[in-house]
Amino acid sequence: MRKLLVCLVALLLHGAVVTAAELRGTGDLGIVIERAAGSVQIVETTHRVALGRVEGLGDLSHASAVFSRDGRYAYVFGRDGGLTKVDLLERRIANRVVQAGNSIGGAISDDGSLVAVANYEPGGVKVFDAETLTPVADIPSVTLADGKRAKVVGLEDSGHRRFAFSLYEAGQTWLADLADPAHPKVERFENVGKLPYDALVTPDGRFYIAGLFGEDGLALIDLWHPEKGATHILEGYDKGEEPLPVYKMPHLEGWAEAGDLLFLPAIGRHELLVVERRDWQEVGRIPVHGQPVFAEARPDGRQVWVNFAHPDNDVVQVIDVPTLRVVDTLRPGKAVLHLEFTPRGEQVWISARDSDEVVVYDTETRTVMTRINAAKPSGIFFTARANRIGL
Amino acid sequence: MLERRSRAGALLLLAVALAPALAAAAGPPSAERQAALLYLLRQDCGSCHGMTLKGGLGPSLLPEALEGKDSEGLAEIILHGVRGTPMPPWDVELSPEEARWLARELKSGIRP
Repeated sequence: MRKLLVCLVALLLHGAVVTAAELRGTGDLGIVIERAAGSVQIVETTHRVALGRVEGLGDLSHASAVFSRDGRYAYVFGRDGGLTKVDLLERRIANRVVQAGNSIGGAISDDGSLVAVANYEPGGVKVFDAETLTPVADIPSVTLADGKRAKVVGLEDSGHRRFAFSLYEAGQTWLADLADPAHPKVERFENVGKLPYDALVTPDGRFYIAGLFGEDGLALIDLWHPEKGATHILEGYDKGEEPLPVYKMPHLEGWAEAGDLLFLPAIGRHELLVVERRDWQEVGRIPVHGQPVFAEARPDGRQVWVNFAHPDNDVVQVIDVPTLRVVDTLRPGKAVLHLEFTPRGEQVWISARDSDEVVVYDTETRTVMTRINAAKPSGIFFTARANRIGL
Repeated sequence: MLERRSRAGALLLLAVALAPALAAAAGPPSAERQAALLYLLRQDCGSCHGMTLKGGLGPSLLPEALEGKDSEGLAEIILHGVRGTPMPPWDVELSPEEARWLARELKSGIRP
């Protein structure tokens, strides 16, 4: 009996110690994708350190992530169709399903209950219960002349348990309402433009904008007024000039909105297009170092940081929004693939794949605060994304 | 509407400037260069074709997907790109011999 009591007390004490050590929030946590190893590092931005590594996420050669609304779990979308739910606190895989042959990304619904994945093979969208990863809906894309289904790109949360996405070969955008997941209602916009390759939703959730590879322009849908259909903005941005070849496609999600201005990529042009959000007119072009891949606004909207496609990918440029000028050209490392701001923007974390490093900058002084070892790092995702519309 | 062109004036100039260097490099790539080419294949071609080459926005480059396509034709695609698609021309970085070597490696099922 006494032995049992001792055991019980020991067990209780042990429990208390473990809980105290592990009690923490997740607001300063994030993940760094290690694309070649199929692993993620859990990182913490207060002390700017890596806390540990989670392995076994499959083929992450292209990967992105969204977060549960409590900021505890990352949902990682891998190239191999894997959807992995990573527990940031226990630093382990909480759940994993391989739901397609080839995927490009995904989104989480505004209420945090549904995770949707955009698939290339077989083309379509699959939707899962965020808690259990049980499949709840399957929305095949259209079948093409060659018998394959159109690849789905640019899948974004569109509020009210809706997701918007585009069909690459078919030139369509669909808006799927999953209020009742067993019976998704799909609204189709059939001619948004040639070869939509990616898309974004503005931070207020109002506009869905798809980049078009096959045309000079972008497709715009007002999610407050989908009945108005899709329109084109920035049409003819080439102005008859020969476009340059593109060695990596721009990634539109997270492209910069700063005040009333939206910064958008032009395919085959080494410049950022700047549009006024009120009337969608071009107000400027900023010549930059190469084909932009990501252009991210610091959360206060004062700066936009840009990285570039191969072979110009050892450079990151900083644009001053008030003057629309490049004010700094940085060389963080070799093959910069992604950048992510801390929630208030005092730091930016930059992945340099071929340097096997994540480089952390102070965004105001633009000096390096620290470098963190990572194996072929690509995407960096912080939990603040959990609270952002359109991801 | 101008159709997407897979070649641009500036890069053409660069190619012309590099031509003597490329000509000097004719013949099979050195072991060191082969390693660099496979790295490029895995990391940068992999942006669109997948690091395992099973395809992404671009098609699969696995041998079964390339059946019926000869390596000369594949090398031409690598060098000059495909009009109207995102496939860009790589002749600014690769010599014809290097492109042919990559094409043969792909056909034989290299896992970069």
